[in-house]
Amino acid sequence: MGDALLWHRLQFAFTAVYHYVFPQLTMGLAPVIVFLRWRREDRLADFLTRVFAINFAFGVVTGFPMEFQFGTNWAGLARYAGDVIGQTLAMEGMFAFFLESIFLGVLLWSKPSPRQKLFASAALWAGSWLSAYFILATHAFTEHPQGFVKNGDKLQLDSLADLLLSRWAWTEVAHTLVAALVTGAFVLAAMGAYYTLSRKHEDVAKRLLAIGTTLGLAASLAVAFPTGDQQAKLVAHHQEPALAAMEGRFESGQMAGITLIGQPNVPQRRLDNPIRVPGALSFLAYGTFHGDVRGLSAFPEDEWPQNIELLYYAFHLMAGIGTLMIGIMSLAVLQRFRKKLEVLDARGTRPLLWALMLAFPLPYIANTAGWITAELGRQPWVIYGVLRTRDASSTNVHSGDVLFTLIGFCGLYLMLGLLFVFLIGREVMRGPVEVEGHG
Amino acid sequence: MVELWYALAAFAIAAYVVLDGYDLGAGILHLFVAKSDADRRAVISAIGPYWDGNEVWLLAIAGALFVGFPSVLAAAFSGMYLAMFMVVWSLALRGISIEMRGQSHDELWRAFWDFVFAVSSGVLVVLLAVALGNVLRGFPLEHGAVVLPLFTDFTPSPPTGLVDWYTLAVALFAIAALARHAALWLSWKSAGDLRARCARVANYSGPIVVVSWVGAWAASLVVAHVAMRPLSFAFAVIAFGSLAASFVFARRERFLAAFSASSAFLASVIFGIASATFPTLLRSIDGKDSMDAYAAAASPHALAVGSIWYVAGVIAVIVAFARQYRDVEKS
Repeated sequence: MGDALLWHRLQFAFTAVYHYVFPQLTMGLAPVIVFLRWRREDRLADFLTRVFAINFAFGVVTGFPMEFQFGTNWAGLARYAGDVIGQTLAMEGMFAFFLESIFLGVLLWSKPSPRQKLFASAALWAGSWLSAYFILATHAFTEHPQGFVKNGDKLQLDSLADLLLSRWAWTEVAHTLVAALVTGAFVLAAMGAYYTLSRKHEDVAKRLLAIGTTLGLAASLAVAFPTGDQQAKLVAHHQEPALAAMEGRFESGQMAGITLIGQPNVPQRRLDNPIRVPGALSFLAYGTFHGDVRGLSAFPEDEWPQNIELLYYAFHLMAGIGTLMIGIMSLAVLQRFRKKLEVLDARGTRPLLWALMLAFPLPYIANTAGWITAELGRQPWVIYGVLRTRDASSTNVHSGDVLFTLIGFCGLYLMLGLLFVFLIGREVMRGPVEVEGHG
Repeated sequence: MVELWYALAAFAIAAYVVLDGYDLGAGILHLFVAKSDADRRAVISAIGPYWDGNEVWLLAIAGALFVGFPSVLAAAFSGMYLAMFMVVWSLALRGISIEMRGQSHDELWRAFWDFVFAVSSGVLVVLLAVALGNVLRGFPLEHGAVVLPLFTDFTPSPPTGLVDWYTLAVALFAIAALARHAALWLSWKSAGDLRARCARVANYSGPIVVVSWVGAWAASLVVAHVAMRPLSFAFAVIAFGSLAASFVFARRERFLAAFSASSAFLASVIFGIASATFPTLLRSIDGKDSMDAYAAAASPHALAVGSIWYVAGVIAVIVAFARQYRDVEKS
């Protein structure tokens, strides 16, 4: 059963990454839908609710396996830390999932009045963000555990407040939710650009572009500063080896530079072909150019993240795409102020609209790369400094069983993905028109 | 506190069986009672607003185990590894099939999703009942971990697999009881030919429910050493009474009353089992190393903190459900 751990990890990584395609749009669209209902723009809100509902359904069916895997694949973790993480994971199931499923039922299966629709949409917003909060509080505990005591071979809950209100949890919640708003904004802008370019639903297209670009610029900026900056400072203070690996930094010292590009060469313990901004990393991490940022060589190798290359590239992909997204949205907002974004005949409008239409995968890639950074950076721990990943998996499950279920998930999720693309594509093609109810 | 969490877990299971039971049962009956597209749409509409909310109780079961008895969750879920993933995949296919069906008017598209809905519902009921059967009979437990193949030689004597004649007997009872449960719900919710067919199913399946129940019970007494206590005896009497009442109401075509009586029957079966096996949560098949509620419970502080928000959550879910049922009735 030697390689079972690898399959356990791959299955969790695959199902988690796949799952997160859906909730990031759900969480990004929910507040926009509430805003539109409040402004009485119900036709557009109804259309976005249909997109939301498809996303939500796929989010639910891919979310169930995540909760189950804590028992099936990570029995070691459940046994060791269930006293603590059981609380937040169960809260998610009880409160958040229940709010969402009940009020989506109201929106889809009954004929609600505009007031009821506003109320149900607000409950869905609360539910989706609350869901994120409980999951992220659990995740924050694994990154920077607090609110527990060790008792023999188990952890015990010491303070639920410390678990729910840790600084890491709040920072992570802010960073993740703002990043979800970026996804929502880019999808709205892409739909607006598509309708404008194909000269359909022109009034709605204007609204989509206006909301998408305004929210898109604000959220893209906020995802970098202050939320991303704060998140990076936490990593610098509490997970020094992770920061060093993210930056491909092997030697310690002051005036540490930020690597713009370069290739980590782990066997030789150096970064090949780097281009650096001198001093920037010291300043960003510790607020002074004289901050001493320790490199990986300062730590024993069994505390290094195990896949330094992937961690490094994931982090740089996230940061690079983040910068690109700020650039695209700045240009779009500028053109909108010059009244050139929605006018197809103006110079430079078409290429920009094409860029907006095709840019919607960027936030998905950045979100995924961000999660890979967080998860790989924590290794080799499943609970940082407390429990190693190799001690967390189910030892009574054979590697062949895990490989079998991993392949099963690949097949099932391929089918789900095709269905999703078909349904969302059809919904977007049809656009904001009156459609018959369910059933 | 430990007793409270045991009771909460039992309550969540009972609520899940009663509530998701009728929409799972509707899936089993779907292809048999609903012949035309209009019929099938009526079946889906009768459960559409609720099934998602009903599944909250499945999370409530997992939540009660995770908060109250984390080591039991770890042992049971990892010990039934392949079966758990079949449950997960069936849940996914079932959820998708309900949502997909109405997305196109194409006949084959709808027929395909009707089929997926029916099969995944049936598989779910069988697997969950098989899990219950294994909990009653006991697991090969060693140091809090289970190694259990999916099947061995299909005999209920050790070494056992997850699936064998005893656990399949429990599954047969579950299929019959939930199909009848759903037939009553659909009889109440529908009209015309569909209602007549559902009512017929409800009446004809009655004897099968009784026979399979008594059979599974007798097998449990032999195979699973389930002790009869005064409390579990009381629940058994209530179960008998409500099942009989459900037959009478169904004959008189008072389907809401019959459905309520069927709910009481299912709930008292679960409570009867829970009171008979207390405090054992995971029984070891050789009697040693069993995991009981007191040893497996989370720390007192976690139980106390958890009980506050869990009970509040259960009350909130019940209130919201009641409101939703009322609202849908009105519209």
